[in-house]
This record gives sequence, structure tokens and C-alpha cells, in this order.
Amino acid sequence: MNNADLQGPSSRNQQVMQYAIRLGDDALVLGHRLSEWSSKAPFLEEDLALSNVALDYIGRARMFYGYASELAADGRTEDDFAYTRNEREFQNLLIHELPKGDFAFTMVRQLIVDIFNTHFLHQLEQSSDQTLSGVAAKAIKETRYHLRRSREWITRLGGGTEESQQRTQKALNSLWGYTPELFELDELEQQLCNNNIGVNNTLLSAIWHQQIADILTEAGLTVPENSWTVKGGRSGYHTENLGHLLTELQFVHRSMPGLEW
Amino acid sequence: MRQCNHDRVRFIMTKAHLELFEVFIRSRRGLDHKHVGSLHAEDPAQALEYARDTYTRCSEGVSIWVAKSSDICASQEADAESFYDPSDDKPYRHSSYYHLPDEVDNM
Repeated sequence: MNNADLQGPSSRNQQVMQYAIRLGDDALVLGHRLSEWSSKAPFLEEDLALSNVALDYIGRARMFYGYASELAADGRTEDDFAYTRNEREFQNLLIHELPKGDFAFTMVRQLIVDIFNTHFLHQLEQSSDQTLSGVAAKAIKETRYHLRRSREWITRLGGGTEESQQRTQKALNSLWGYTPELFELDELEQQLCNNNIGVNNTLLSAIWHQQIADILTEAGLTVPENSWTVKGGRSGYHTENLGHLLTELQFVHRSMPGLEW
Repeated sequence: MRQCNHDRVRFIMTKAHLELFEVFIRSRRGLDHKHVGSLHAEDPAQALEYARDTYTRCSEGVSIWVAKSSDICASQEADAESFYDPSDDKPYRHSSYYHLPDEVDNM
């Protein structure tokens, strides 16, 4: 995409549409991972709570895809975005697609993502794009609650038994290399940022690091070293896990396209 | 099967140190908190969150109370006679027993 393509209202719409799809992908993929806990959580109350969070994310995906569909103005619906795109077309950040792991892994991922989202959505609320701003305003309320939960769980797990402490630390170490990707900007996001539409993720890094370090330290956990990094989600390069996730997520729609009930 | 048993043991252990809480919710237009049910949680803070997730998903409430079930002192069925029967033959304790003057409307 050269600079000439980025001028004018239609290319602006294309950019915002791409951005909305990315944010929708983040929400849908994580929502699906969380939904995998339904009926399998450690106990009933937590099962309901995790499923509620999953539903919040799936609702968020619908809002972003719905807006993308409006901007696409070519008849594609939110379902088309969710169910008919292939792995390489998904642009979610990789951390969202990793398998749910054990309960500690799920809660550590939530903590990482929840802290990030409180700051990201706060910035997105300031967007000059009214719809993105509106979605962010709604989503941030949910995210504040999600963070309250994940923060408390990390404190419990970190200060719980030896096993819970070990599992939580292990999850933290295996997730840490996926966090630098949260704070990157590619060309599209840079453009949107320059136009006061998108969020400058690079500016969220410092506060995120400080906040998570405070929580981990209080929980008796060790902040991992930045020794490795995996990236590529925004360009459609994924871990092997996304394909498997989409197989399940898209199965019904692909077997019976257009089916309604 | 071994894995299965392991999960089962863990499940029982998890349940074992969870406490039972009673949940009371004040609805949007209600004036008082009403008992809506109970749930398991590790402590009151967690119980409050689970109450939110279990009982208020369809915006039923604006305020939640939780209390440990073990902190509730309840009357026993065996006491029913001595507790309630004595009021059965005292109709004058009910407002309907009294004749209202016509001047008093809408009481």
C-alpha cells in the first residue's frame, strides 16, 4: 500500500475496517478460548464467571465485525468475518490464540490482556472515530471487571499452595515472550494513530510493565526476563494453534453455509 | 481413568475449602435486598464477584449483599408451634381487625 492509496474517505474506511477486523479477531479468538472452559472449570461458580467473560469478548467481536461490515459496504456480514476467513486472514495478536492450558495459564493470560485492555480501550475511547470510541466505552466497563477477577486470582494462586505458585510462575514464563507484540505498531496502525483514530500501543508499554510488575510482586511471583519474543499475528502469521481453533469455531458454518434457525 | 480420578480428587479438595454464602440482591426498583440463592466461594470478596456473575447477568440488581451461610441463625421447624401459633388467635394484631372511619380513605 503506498501513500497515495491512503488518501480520501474510501481508503480511510478501508483502514478503519482493517483495524476493526483486527480488534474483532482479538476478541473472537480469546472469547473462544475462554468458552472452552464452559463445563470444565474447577467449580460451578468459576465456570459461570469464565463463561460470562467469554461472552463479553464474543459480544465485543460482534461489535467490531459489525462495524467492519458497515464500512466494507459490500454485503459481507459479521458472520462472514468470523466464519469464512482462513487462518492467514486472521490478524489477532498471538497471545489470544494459545491453548487455554491449565487454570493458572488462563488466568495469567487474562491478567496480561486485561491490564493491556484497560489502557488500550481508555485510549480508544478518545478516538476521533465515533463508533470505535463508543465500542471502547462499553468494553472498558467489562474489562475493568475482568481485571478485578484476574488480579485477585493471580494473588490467590501466587500466594496459594506450592503447586499453584509453581504453575502460575510457569504460565507466566511461557506467556511472557508473547507480550512484546502487544506494544507494536505496523504501518496501518501508525497511519490510524496519526489520524487520531487508532491507539499508539507503543505508549502503553511502560504503564503496563509497571502495573503487572506490582501485581506479580505482591503475589510473590517473579517478573520474567525479556529473553525471547514471538510476533506475527497482525500480518497473519500464526502459531499452529489458530488453525485448530478455527476448525472447531467454523465447523458448523462451513458444513452448513447460510443455515439459520 | 487415572487422569479422571486425579481430577476428581482435585475437585473434591477444591470444594472442601470453599464456603457457602447466601446472596441478597436489591433490584433496580426494589427497596430492600431479597434472598436470591447461594453459592460457593473462598471468601466474601470472591463471593461478591461470583454473585454478580451468577445472579445479575440480566441486570437484575443494583446492589448485592453476601453473607456466610454459617453466620445466619435460622429458626427451626420444631419451634414452629411455640413461635407462630400464639399469634393465630390474636386478630387484633392485624390492621384489618379495626373498623376505619369513612373519612379515612386509601389506608
